[in-house]
Amino acid sequence: MANLTLVQAINLALTQEMEDDERVILLGEDVGKNGGVFRATEGLHKRFGPGRVVDTPLAESGIIGTAIGLAMGGLRPVPEIQFEGFLGPAYDQICTHAARFRTRTRGALTVPLTIRVPVGGGIHAPELHSDSPESIYAHTPGLKVVMPASPYDAKGLLVSAIRDPDPVIFFEPKRIYRAFREEVPEDEYTVPIGSARVVAEGSDITMISWGASVIQCMNAVEAASASIELIDLRTIYPIDTPTIVESVKKTGRVVIVHEAPRTCGLGAELATQIMEHCFLHLEAPIQRVTGFDTVMPYYKLELEYLPDAQRIGEAVEQVAAY
Amino acid sequence: MPVKTVYETSIEHVSILDEHGKFDAKLGEGLIPDEDVVKLYEHMSVCRHYDEVAFKLQRSGRMGTYPQNMGQEAASLGAAYALQKDDWFVTCYRENAGLFWHGLPMEHVLLHWMGDERGNEIPEGCYCTPLAIPIGTQMLHAAGLAWAAKYNGENRIACTFFGDGATSEGDFHEAANFAANLDLPVVFVCQNNSWAISVPTKIQCSAPTVAQRGIAYGMPCVQVDGNDLFAMVKVIRDAAVRARDEKRPTFIEAVTYRLGDHTTADDARRYRDADEVEMWKKRDPLIRLRLFLDERKLWTTKKEEALQASAKEIVSAVVKRAEEIAEPTTNDIFDHTFAEIPPNLRVQRSTLRTHSLGQDPSPLRDTQAASAPTR
Repeated sequence: MANLTLVQAINLALTQEMEDDERVILLGEDVGKNGGVFRATEGLHKRFGPGRVVDTPLAESGIIGTAIGLAMGGLRPVPEIQFEGFLGPAYDQICTHAARFRTRTRGALTVPLTIRVPVGGGIHAPELHSDSPESIYAHTPGLKVVMPASPYDAKGLLVSAIRDPDPVIFFEPKRIYRAFREEVPEDEYTVPIGSARVVAEGSDITMISWGASVIQCMNAVEAASASIELIDLRTIYPIDTPTIVESVKKTGRVVIVHEAPRTCGLGAELATQIMEHCFLHLEAPIQRVTGFDTVMPYYKLELEYLPDAQRIGEAVEQVAAY
Repeated sequence: MPVKTVYETSIEHVSILDEHGKFDAKLGEGLIPDEDVVKLYEHMSVCRHYDEVAFKLQRSGRMGTYPQNMGQEAASLGAAYALQKDDWFVTCYRENAGLFWHGLPMEHVLLHWMGDERGNEIPEGCYCTPLAIPIGTQMLHAAGLAWAAKYNGENRIACTFFGDGATSEGDFHEAANFAANLDLPVVFVCQNNSWAISVPTKIQCSAPTVAQRGIAYGMPCVQVDGNDLFAMVKVIRDAAVRARDEKRPTFIEAVTYRLGDHTTADDARRYRDADEVEMWKKRDPLIRLRLFLDERKLWTTKKEEALQASAKEIVSAVVKRAEEIAEPTTNDIFDHTFAEIPPNLRVQRSTLRTHSLGQDPSPLRDTQAASAPTR
């Protein structure tokens, strides 16, 4: 057991999976000698060699397109896209091919691929280094989408993603890469894809979030007078509906928090599912605390954009008082 | 001397059997044994008949949109003949002759265009990818498949096909760059058929040859008469040896011509001259192969009659298999999305409804109850 940051937990998961399975190879921009711009692959190039930790040309579509071929050829590639804002050039390969090969060939060719992508705002980064595009990929059939909010979950979910027989987009909330440490077992364990985590139990309000926003929610939960059940979704697709439903049937009041823009954000899907399954249990309209439907601002204003404990607290008060 | 030439190059054009049947014995003798030339001619003839029948199936409402292959058979067939059976054949959609030679059952392509996903099934031991509809994305998969083969220490290489229009796509350039810089055993085959639907090659590429695009990536490139089966076999063999032994890619521009429309939804008379088509009809790969066989006394009118009869039989049996396949089940929509169907899809499959009241509000954790198939 070691006290690790989230990025160290990712490094540990990659190390152990590479040791256990020769089919696992890493590729991407600066992932080799440099150990990745966030150091997620630190030391792996030296340990496993340039044949398994590959510095590729600077081309996102090329990285994902060749990774699809690697996966269909029997390997377990783990490409890194340096920032979520650079997923754009790879979008075609991800959605047109990675997500579809199993369906299109009826299982003859499959794509066991884990795309690691730092995601979200809050680190004073330049343009296209702070977005939250998880809904786009959750809306694409054939992809699984994951976003851990703790070092323990990061390791367990990454191991699950690498071993998954289908393509997984593994979003890493960069704001909490090094924000805190947590005990992370050296021993093998997995956190299953598709299962949410109840961070704090409560009886008055259900609060649902994922990624770095979970930390903002924890602050809001601490400050609130109401008893809040906080759920960290952990997996964006497939959604762990039963855990949410169970909680909302108990509380009848819901606040959903995400960094991504509001319209067509995952909160909309969650609210609908809650309405479908818990309509008669609801005591108040579901509240969403989200990013705005705007382009992500440059960093001087990013904290205005990102949901914080104060905005979440206001939603909590409204939903409690309704 | 302040200015000096730091790099010079040239592009070779390879031709062995020209449109008049003239054969370059120095390059071509012994390249393909006579009995194989006969088999390849027979296969190409069957594929031509298949193409004509497919066109008619579309016109008579028995099949959806279909892209005719007519006139381009030699390029992919020459490649398939020169490759090993376990090499990856990463196709576009005008490589029927090569795909069938490589082992894909002929009815699969008909099923594909009949809107039946079973057409994309790949039999065990057949190393090909499904027909690629978006233009120019599959070359990256070929690079990755070649990379995996190299990583696994396999002898396998990947050969990928695309048109001249596809070389305008970014993914082509990324694939060429990855393959050259990471030393991947890939053979890139551009079927330059003069037209990307209605847009001529000169709008895709201002250079005198498409072949020279490979030079920028530091890989050997060659232009070949794509309607010349012998020349195709030679350049693919050379490229395959380079890929297999040296782990180096090659870029091949196969100059050919799309004798038909882009697809059955297109009318090429809107944008190209009849004279141009007539000129290329004389360069048909089948005509010159027949001239070769005649010259070598390997063929007779009687054999040709028998071949035409057998082509009809083969193709009509293929059409029968494609048309008589059982209706697909509704579960097919769901069952191949993931290795294991997630709970939300299981509910959609079991109810075949997406509206809220149609969804099963019963215990979501009870997977057995929700997974009862409906059809």
